Amino acid sequence: MEKFGFAISKGRQIDYDANSRHIAAYISEREPSFRACIECGCCSGTCTTGNFTRFSLREMHILMKRGENKEVHDNIRKCMLCGKCILVCPRGVNTRNVVTLARQAFQIYESNAV
Amino acid sequence: MHNLKKQVIVVGGGVAGMESAGLLAREGYAVTLFEKETYTGGHTSHWYHLFPDRRESRDIIKFLEERIDNSNLNLLTGLKVTTITKKHGFFLVYTEDGNEFKADAVILSTGFDLFNSSRKEEYGYGIYDNVISSADLETMFRAGEIKLANGKAPETVGFVHCVGSRDEKVGNLYCSKLCCVTAVKQAIEVREHLQDTKVFCFYMDMRMGGAYYEELYREAQEQWNVSFIRGKVSEVSEDIDNRLVIKSEDTLAGKPLKIHLDMLVLMAGMEMSEGGAKIAAASGLHTGQNRFFASADHHYGSNKSNVKGIFYAGTCTMPMNITETISHARAAVSDVIDYLEDRN
Repeated sequence: MEKFGFAISKGRQIDYDANSRHIAAYISEREPSFRACIECGCCSGTCTTGNFTRFSLREMHILMKRGENKEVHDNIRKCMLCGKCILVCPRGVNTRNVVTLARQAFQIYESNAV
Repeated sequence: MHNLKKQVIVVGGGVAGMESAGLLAREGYAVTLFEKETYTGGHTSHWYHLFPDRRESRDIIKFLEERIDNSNLNLLTGLKVTTITKKHGFFLVYTEDGNEFKADAVILSTGFDLFNSSRKEEYGYGIYDNVISSADLETMFRAGEIKLANGKAPETVGFVHCVGSRDEKVGNLYCSKLCCVTAVKQAIEVREHLQDTKVFCFYMDMRMGGAYYEELYREAQEQWNVSFIRGKVSEVSEDIDNRLVIKSEDTLAGKPLKIHLDMLVLMAGMEMSEGGAKIAAASGLHTGQNRFFASADHHYGSNKSNVKGIFYAGTCTMPMNITETISHARAAVSDVIDYLEDRN
């Protein structure tokens, strides 16, 4: 068959039905302040890691809540746990604990998968 | 006029107090209006223009001054009320100078305090010369001159929304609801005063839920080219040239953002007034989790307190704009008359 160089792109859509939000559920259960985030970006505005690498805690929050876990998995270890984000958060989210729990959740679910 | 025998005390001579006291006096009641400052009009008397139509605040003050110009009304300024007690169906209102005044009913219209912006230390109010509050900017508008500490006109001005509102770190979970539209109004006015100055608004959400607020927002974008950046400001510092460095995340671009500005205006939220809080504590009046006076019923008794015969008017119960404050004051008058005339 003639090849014209066309391919079917994978959709960019968040497939909310197919996505699994188990990482978010794990955090939410142990750190309920995780639910209070309003995506203001104060944490990522002050974040040293975010100034030098593609890491935004605000983005991590929303991605986990939508079940877009792959990107979180690949970036969550960049956080240095300095805790500046906790100081500025207007919603009182324990952001450092959110990061710690996210790492924990990935570890647990990954080791279960093996 | 049997009404003349009935006495009403109104505590606080801002918009709500003036409107309710004036109307009760017109109805023939003997009204005493207390004001802790030496002038009436409250915060409005310091303001330049009002949103959304940007009329002069002096218009409102003039209207209210005419309201209280009534022979049934006794205005006592420079006097703080400390406590209210109820005794055998009437009220004793105590003032700071040790005097007591008797009344058949009381309206508390003790208003609000503007959030003290220096409590948000990371924004540098009181530390950096060119970080000012929204109230400071109104004073500059009134003086007709917007200038930096060095006397020059700012070329770039930023507005920070939600300073002291929606912020658990300062204990205020609520939205003060007037600051968004005030920032938009002030942004336009800066552009009017200084044609070449660039203006930026840093917001979390634009809460333009009032008549003609959204239209004003659009005018700020289209006509005045104000830039809106969605991100709460994280920190402010000063560089070697005394310019302010603002850091936030541009959440819509998904990247951290840094910008140098000449002047930063903090949109201070509204808090329960210190005077009101003291009266509440001393008089057994309930306050809510937001520290404002708690109404007896949120829906149909917003002017009533937990003590029959003591009523609330205006921003001592929650953040309100002037239109809402005047309506609330009129509703308080209606409740007071029902109470005094046994129409409960």
